[in-house]
Amino acid sequence: MNYIFYFLIVISIIAGAVNGKLADVVNAILSGAELSVKVAFSLIGIMAFWLGMMKIAKECGLIEIIAKIIKPITKILFNEIPENSPAIGDIAMSFSANAFGLTNAATPIGIKAMEELQRHNEDKASASNAMCMLLAMNTAGFQLVPATVIAILIGIGYKNPTNIIAPTLLVTSIAFVSAIILAKIFQHVWKPQIPHTNKTAKHTEHAKEVVQAGRAE
Amino acid sequence: MFNSIMNFISLWALPLILLIILTMGLIKKVPLYESFTEGAKDGFKVSVNIIPYLVAIIVAISMLRASGIIEMCGNTLAPILNHFNVPADTIPIMLVRSLSGSAAIGIFSDIAHNLGPDNYATTLAAVMVGSSETTFYVLAVYFGAVGIKKLRYALIVGLLADLIGIIAAVSVCNLMF
Repeated sequence: MNYIFYFLIVISIIAGAVNGKLADVVNAILSGAELSVKVAFSLIGIMAFWLGMMKIAKECGLIEIIAKIIKPITKILFNEIPENSPAIGDIAMSFSANAFGLTNAATPIGIKAMEELQRHNEDKASASNAMCMLLAMNTAGFQLVPATVIAILIGIGYKNPTNIIAPTLLVTSIAFVSAIILAKIFQHVWKPQIPHTNKTAKHTEHAKEVVQAGRAE
Repeated sequence: MFNSIMNFISLWALPLILLIILTMGLIKKVPLYESFTEGAKDGFKVSVNIIPYLVAIIVAISMLRASGIIEMCGNTLAPILNHFNVPADTIPIMLVRSLSGSAAIGIFSDIAHNLGPDNYATTLAAVMVGSSETTFYVLAVYFGAVGIKKLRYALIVGLLADLIGIIAAVSVCNLMF
């Protein structure tokens, strides 16, 4: 994260200077900071709502039932998490919320699943394999119906807006499955780092990857 | 038939989930109101906890977008991607969709309104936006909420999957439309 943060900002400043847009870049700091707080505050209400609903779903045993149904899959994907952990149910709920396009519900539920996974995590500052897997599933953006996109298409008078559902579903499935496979492969290559600072590490992500891959041998 | 099923699903998904949760809670004699408010208490805490992570990632990405580097990359990539039957209008979407969801929707909306419903670029853009999730945002929020600082391979996997998604979108649209 250190390098990503550094590079995003340094590249912005350099590119801004080259393009003569340095003033815009500086203004973006203020607007970006404002936007982040806006995003966080707009999350409070819906976050509270879904965390409340999830609490009921958990206490009535619904999450447990869902967890049991998808057990064969989660056993493979999250093999480091005990089968009876509440994390499994939360992961299932998070996936369903994403699949049904309930973006507002997906974030709170996903965070809740992360919190459960953090309980099983040995190094609290470093992402566990299970956490990376959950993230891979969520960043691939598996969704049954892309509602926002269809709404825009209807707005411009697209003939059959629902025609894009099938190709979108196919594409998103390909991305989703690749993300899972990639996460499984990388988990063997990129083992968790033992928590100590490595001062000799090179300054590029690639070098870091090579160093860690070497260590895993 | 397929379309009406899809519309039915998107309309009823949320109400059905609520009905199932609440009805089952009632049957199992869960104190619905108390449990709800108990769980909801965490909403504020979690939202406020992610602010520092959101500020870091959203400011950095806002700066990147303002710097004009996305247009620069787009101009460089346009002649290459032209060979693969990728309209130049859709390139900004490819570059932006992992960084900012609202920006991707904004660009898509522009394309749709400027090029109209019968343009191939509109369809390709729709599929690309519809099949993606904002990798950087998800990463910052999910890991931020639990205080993860070392991402390990999470970002690489997310971005690779995005790349595969773009390639898949181009191939599928080339075949179907």
